[in-house]
Amino acid sequence: MPVSKQILYKVRFWSTSMCMAILFVLPMAVASAASGGDEITTKEEYIDGVLHHVQNSNEIHLVGDFSVPLPIIAYHAEDGFLLTMSSSFDHGHKAVDGYVLYHGRIHRVLGDFPKGTVEIDSFGHYHEGDYADKPYVDYGGKTYPLDAPGTFMESSSFYDFSITKNVATMFLAVILMFWLFGSVAKSMKRREGQAPKGVQSFMEPLVIFIRDDIAKPFIGDQHERYLPFIMSLFFFILILNLLGLVPFIGSANVTGNAGTTLALALFTFVIMIAVSKKDFWSHMLWMPGVPILVKIILAFIELISLIIKPVTLFIRLGANITAGHIAILAMVGLIFIFSGFGESLSGGVVGALISVPFTFAMNLLEIFVAVLQAFIFALLSAMYIGQAVEVSADH
Amino acid sequence: MYTAIGMGLAVIGVGLGIGMIGGRAAEAVARQPEATGDIRTTMIISAALIEGVGIIALILSFIS
Repeated sequence: MPVSKQILYKVRFWSTSMCMAILFVLPMAVASAASGGDEITTKEEYIDGVLHHVQNSNEIHLVGDFSVPLPIIAYHAEDGFLLTMSSSFDHGHKAVDGYVLYHGRIHRVLGDFPKGTVEIDSFGHYHEGDYADKPYVDYGGKTYPLDAPGTFMESSSFYDFSITKNVATMFLAVILMFWLFGSVAKSMKRREGQAPKGVQSFMEPLVIFIRDDIAKPFIGDQHERYLPFIMSLFFFILILNLLGLVPFIGSANVTGNAGTTLALALFTFVIMIAVSKKDFWSHMLWMPGVPILVKIILAFIELISLIIKPVTLFIRLGANITAGHIAILAMVGLIFIFSGFGESLSGGVVGALISVPFTFAMNLLEIFVAVLQAFIFALLSAMYIGQAVEVSADH
Repeated sequence: MYTAIGMGLAVIGVGLGIGMIGGRAAEAVARQPEATGDIRTTMIISAALIEGVGIIALILSFIS
């Protein structure tokens, strides 16, 4: 047998076995991430697990009982700062200075709860009374209600400045980008006038694609000025989208988080307003060349569309990525449904045989959506900035 | 229950819209293959805008 053919067979064998491994390991990793290490016995618990997976959390849960600890920084007006690591909560079994880790988030315990590190018994939900549907913590035979987690979405008595799963993943993306673009820039300088090589030949077409297909046609002459922003947007969103699909590193839903996408959309909005020309405002508020009644109606519509632009920008990205995560987990959930939530093993095997190819296909679709959404965000940002800087011809 | 039905109705409209865009874009590419790049960009922009409707319906069905 010729050597080249032997190598080809070897490559084929290894790539096939690796594909099979990914095919079977992926849903397990996702299922374990969704369950958060707890056992799932009902449909509601699985849905809870899915919803907690797509939300932010104060630790990176990997597999089973193993998770990466993250720093916790919480501030309360009276108690002051709490600085610790999430590992000191022992996966929610311990309370530290009146804070507990419940479903991966830091909650403050209301009422007369002892300070210091204490072992807690269990968590539950109130069914009636003032705190109906609110969670409680059971300690020393008494129940204490929990405050809402410290986000801007819910009113809470404390602020959570922790390096959460999403923030840690964002740091990872930033480090990746610095390394990637640093090496590409270096090799570009070194190999000036020569054909690109290695990772450079992968990145250069992408960069040129963004310049020629997104920035140039939509912004026009001044595109070089806004190219760094468009490029950063595209690669930041793309890398975060793809990191969210990688199993075993927490699969953080960063670009599916409303806060992250709102910040990104606000960048576009602020830049758009800051660089807007006189023509942009005159065409919006007092459209030349139309009757006065139409001018008033048009001004009203245009003002609404000015606000809707960044709103749809941030909802589109966030909802698309979150919907993708939920869809993958719904496919994984087939295993639980077929096995009757742990009732029958043979049902689970049938469920896995159906679920694995579906999950794999969904993951492939999500890789496409990850690229598409990064592209659309960059493209619409370029379009909005282009509209703002456009100098129109005389009518 | 009712919100799910409402979202399904919204998605019917979105599906029709995006389907039409895809079909017409394929026709346009068949007619003028040299304009493929422009057609693709236009197609993606309008598909993204229509998709926004479906996603707003999804968000509303989650909220209510």
